[in-house]
Amino acid sequence: MRGLVNVYKKEVRENLRDRRSLFNSVLLGPILFPILFIGLAYFANSKQQESVEKVLEVPVVGARNAPNLVSFLEQQGVVIQPEPEDPEALVKSQEAQVIIRIPEEFAEQWKAGEPAVIELIADPSRRESNIPMQRARGLLNAYGGQIGHLRLQLRGVSPTLRTPIMVKDVDLSTPQSRGMLVMIMLPYVLMITAFTGGMHLAIDTTAGEKERKSLEPLLINPVPRWQIMLGKMCATATYAFTSLVLTLIAFRFAFPLLPTGALGVDLNLSGAAIGGILLAIAPVVILAAAMLTTLAALAKSLREAQSYMGLIFLIPMIPSLIFMVNPMKPETWMMAIPMFSQNLLIGEFVRGESVSTLWLGLSLGSTLILGLGFAAVAASLFNRPRVVFSN
Amino acid sequence: MIKVSNLYKSFGEVEAVKGISFEVRDGEITGLLGPNGAGKTTTLRMLYSLLPPDKGEIRIDGLDPTKDAMAIKRTLGVVPDSRGLYTRMSARENIAYYGKLHGMTARDIKSRVEELVETLDMADFIERRTEGFSQGQRVKVAIARAMVHKPQTVLLDEPSNGLDVMSTRALRRYILGLKDAGHSVIISTHIMQEVAALCDRIIIIANGQIAADGSAQQLLEKSGCESIEDAFVRLIGTEEGLLA
Repeated sequence: MRGLVNVYKKEVRENLRDRRSLFNSVLLGPILFPILFIGLAYFANSKQQESVEKVLEVPVVGARNAPNLVSFLEQQGVVIQPEPEDPEALVKSQEAQVIIRIPEEFAEQWKAGEPAVIELIADPSRRESNIPMQRARGLLNAYGGQIGHLRLQLRGVSPTLRTPIMVKDVDLSTPQSRGMLVMIMLPYVLMITAFTGGMHLAIDTTAGEKERKSLEPLLINPVPRWQIMLGKMCATATYAFTSLVLTLIAFRFAFPLLPTGALGVDLNLSGAAIGGILLAIAPVVILAAAMLTTLAALAKSLREAQSYMGLIFLIPMIPSLIFMVNPMKPETWMMAIPMFSQNLLIGEFVRGESVSTLWLGLSLGSTLILGLGFAAVAASLFNRPRVVFSN
Repeated sequence: MIKVSNLYKSFGEVEAVKGISFEVRDGEITGLLGPNGAGKTTTLRMLYSLLPPDKGEIRIDGLDPTKDAMAIKRTLGVVPDSRGLYTRMSARENIAYYGKLHGMTARDIKSRVEELVETLDMADFIERRTEGFSQGQRVKVAIARAMVHKPQTVLLDEPSNGLDVMSTRALRRYILGLKDAGHSVIISTHIMQEVAALCDRIIIIANGQIAADGSAQQLLEKSGCESIEDAFVRLIGTEEGLLA
């Protein structure tokens, strides 16, 4: 094992001297991702507040059909805009987000005591028009409720009769579990870091070594080839793991800076949660190092190796994206899926839940088996002449 | 002492080595001479156990590279065709890395590097990072790291490739010094003067086979030519590859 240790030490030390690559692969993520998080959260938060607090401007078609309703809206602070010629076109072209249309029959229906129809014209597929639409609907319902109330009272009926049931929300989410943005994004960021952190080293120690023609002389040394390969792989894993630790520490300091409004809560990453996450993701680091090293070693040149790295990004992305698009309730069988289980486990740790040993064990075991399988493949690669000689 | 008998190696369709046999005695410099693509590098790679032969036998001091690869690597010093150095490490660190891979102690490495700095005249650049080294400096570092563990047998693949006259002469002096110190040396080359200046025995390889084997004098007699160069052309039966 002396050979393995010497190769490992040399790769770690030598690559520490490549400042630019070191910065890009190990440090850039921990710096950039928390900033991105905070920025996005603030942006989303201010957008939301803006549309809630902004003065609601609504064009009203047929305002003369219901003057009382219109003056009610004005009392509530709505700015009534003049009647447009073609309301539908206005909404389609995004010039107005919501338009109220009061049909001619309104007054008739109103007098007859029938439900009088009011049209709310909007395009709910445009997310930015959701809030103005809800506000307009809320105001119209409030007006309707008020009038209904009065009508019942005039006939000597108690208005509460009209409310046979009342729904009350009992909120069971813990404060942490409401931080959805973080819970979905953090696993994704961490999984990608497990790959990017070691990417540069995986290429430099295999394809790079071949490119600068130092692989053949290296293999003439009396060290078994699998030890040389494993030493390189361990160096790759060390870099990725370092990047992960730094990312988590950075997030720990970034969380208190997130706008509480965006998440509804204060989130914090406790030391125990960081430890748990690192434990859960450690086998992914091994798997990533083995996969990256295998691919880079099989490449004929540095450029070919680099072109594979763009593709390998997809591997940690796919499980994270599935989880992002379709958040699932974690179940035991899911823990046996490498790289998917970590997404779920990291979520659990961030929510501050206690994670069962069975789940953690299944996830660690299944990922480790796959990782060691890849490592075994990689370790045998230097026995192939095609991998050793570039020409 | 190296004994090679009836060695074969092919890569797919290409038969690189087709039945090579020769012997290398201790205390001698043996030249493997042949045009480009004759099978010299492949033969050497089989000697230093980087490639397994398809057929045939190799014995280096009684050891078989296919079975005792680690032991052979300890007795051999190899300067292969590719002499890549680690450019982010100093010349000393490059050499020390190989010393460590040979299991040498830090103290042994230090004193051995001092010796090599002396014999190879590397004092000017030993502490510098190897980025931007001249060809001559690079070859010196490549030789030093191959010699760090004091190997008995030394294999050099085209050692003077890309060197200027001064560096080539220094290299030849060094190789002659190795012989005087009792090492056995194998040089593969396609350069005639090198063979004439250095080698006690010349093995001419062409098309993966031995075309001739003997001292410079014997080759001249056998071919009936005046110069080694003519003898070489006559013996391999073609001028192909000579100008490359």
